[in-house]
This record gives sequence, C-alpha cells and structure tokens, in this order.
Amino acid sequence: MEQAPQDTPDKGQVSRMSFLLEIFATFFRVGAFTFGGGLAMLPLFEREVIENKGWVKKEDILDIYAISQSLPGVIAVNASTFIGYRLAGVPGAIAAISGVMAPSLLVIVAIAGVFTQFRQNFYVAKALRGVRAAVAALIFLAAYRIGKASLKGAFGFILAITAFLLTWLTEINVIYMILAGGMLGVIVAKLSAGGTSS
Amino acid sequence: MIYLQMLWIFFRLGLFTVGGGYAMLPLIQSEIERLGWITAEEFVDMIAIAEMTPGAIGVNTATFVGFRLGGLFGAFVATTGIALPSLLVVVAVSKVLDRFQEHPVVKAILFGIRPVVAGLIASAALFIAEAAIIQSGGLGILGLDLVALCIAVVSGILVWRYHMHPVAVIVGAGVVGLLVF
Repeated sequence: MEQAPQDTPDKGQVSRMSFLLEIFATFFRVGAFTFGGGLAMLPLFEREVIENKGWVKKEDILDIYAISQSLPGVIAVNASTFIGYRLAGVPGAIAAISGVMAPSLLVIVAIAGVFTQFRQNFYVAKALRGVRAAVAALIFLAAYRIGKASLKGAFGFILAITAFLLTWLTEINVIYMILAGGMLGVIVAKLSAGGTSS
Repeated sequence: MIYLQMLWIFFRLGLFTVGGGYAMLPLIQSEIERLGWITAEEFVDMIAIAEMTPGAIGVNTATFVGFRLGGLFGAFVATTGIALPSLLVVVAVSKVLDRFQEHPVVKAILFGIRPVVAGLIASAALFIAEAAIIQSGGLGILGLDLVALCIAVVSGILVWRYHMHPVAVIVGAGVVGLLVF
C-alpha cells in the first residue's frame, strides 16, 4: 500500500492546519451520512475519500478495510485512522477520528437528553415495544452473519457455543473469553502446523 | 475521578471489540450487568437509537451509554475512550506491517476470536430478545409476547430476505408497535 498522490502541504503551519481541517471535514461527512457503520460506511469512503479527494486508491481501500476488520476497535474508526495517518501522521489520524466520530457525539447528545424524558411517554413506550422487537431481530442477524463467515469446522462451533453458554451460566468477563479464543486459535494453528510438518 | 474510571472502561471496550460495532454490544452489555448501570430495556432502546442515527453503531451506542452515565462530558469521555485503542493500534500497525491481516499469527488469533465473538453476539441477541419479547408482558403464552415475537420475525425476514434497510424496518416496527400495543 503506497501512499496515494496528494498535495502535501509543506508551506508552514497555516496550510498544515487547513489540511487537517480538510481531513476532519471529509471524515465528518462520512460519519454524518452513514447509518450502521462498518460495511455501510464503505460507499461513503469511496465517494468522499477516493472520488472527491483522491487521497486513497480504490484498490487500497479494500486492503485498509481488511486490516481494519482484523484490528481491535470499530471498523469505520479504524479505517478512518489508517487513512488519516497516511495523509498527515498522528495529527492526521486524530483529525480523521475526530471527524468520523463527531456526528455521533453531536446527534446522540442532542437526542439522549430528550429521549430519557420521553421514554416513559404513553405513545413512545408503545412504539418502543415494537422497535425493541425489531432490534432483537437485527442483532440475531448480525450474530448469524458473523457466524456464517467464521464458523468453519468443529473448532469454531465449539468455541461459539462455549462462549454463548458461558455468558448465561457464569459471570466470567467476556474479555477473558475473547482472549481465550485468541490463544486457542494460536494453539490450534501451531498443533495443525506441527502435525503436517512431522 | 468517575470520568477516569469511565475512560478506562470505554478504552477496554474499544480494545476488545474485534469484528465491528456489533461485537461491542456484548462487551457493553456485560459491563452494564456487572455494574448495574442501566436496565436491559433501556440498553435495547439505546441500540435502537444508535441504529437510527448517523454514525457507526458501536460509536453511537457507546456515546449514548457515556451520556447516560455522565452527561455531555461523559459522552465525550466515552467516544475518546473507544477511539484511543484504534489510534494506538492503527499507528503501531502502520509502522510495522503492511499486510498485517495476512500474518499467520494474526490469522490464528482471529481464527479463535471470531467464533467467540459470534457466540457472544448471539448471547447479546438473546439478552435483548428477553427484554423485547419475553418480559414485555401483554398478550402471550409461556411468558412470550406473541405480538412482539411476530414483529421480530417479520423484521428479521424483511432485512435478511428482502434486504430492506434496517432503519426503515426499525421505524416500521415502531409504527406497528404504536398501533397494536
């Protein structure tokens, strides 16, 4: 992944500042016009960052997405950080992160204050009972999609079912389950590599 | 002081979210249960708002929980907390590896983590279904709210089979809820 051609500002602080602002504004638009995040954000990245700005090549964005999915954190935030960092180092990464997250902060803060008061409203409460049912279905679908992509073979199924049961039967922190999953993945990979080489 | 504790909690949420926003939900849920912050129903409502508003779902849910815990500054602390691991890890990875995700050790780790995350999200889905369908009262048998169950099944089919936009389905479910409950 080479750095995409760009107008690197090198004429002092002012142009550097305005470049960071441009990064912020671009990622702000990506954050403001996406619903759902993750893969839903990909078309917005393509329009704003590739087509409008030419900051990243089209084939690079898929690599950036692939890495972002493998790293800790929200995918859209990771992808923004990657692009921002490549454009202008750590300040660029911070500008991109701030930009992509600022719409969330603004909108949620605006809604949250009102929402806490209106939750108990007679009509809102009725609507929310319907909404909750739909959200439950959406989360089941998310689990199904991730399961479909990752549950290949008995190892995956055993891990998924074990994690599921442990959350209901024990008080074990889910962080430990994730860490254990990572370690088991390495152990199983080592064992199967050892098995094939000997 | 409480903000420092919040920053640490949300930092951990960001650090252990692997595989996108939905993977963050079981982590938030487990913190909520552990600390007794928020009811299950309120958590589901927050996820609904997070789905319906612009921005990544993980960021929105975390921001909402942060606001609920500590107002405007709490929301800011929450977003900062979940962004910090991304910043640190991405900058570190950009320096050392170009094709990070193809490294055998990384592949092995993800090979183990992804199924666990799938199981955890399924568990979170059941937790949410419990709040939405089982304990919501109303018309039903065996404690199941049949109307809510119907709404859930139809919503799932509309998104899965007919690729309807989740926001449209949530709004539709809200209208149906208003009419039938």
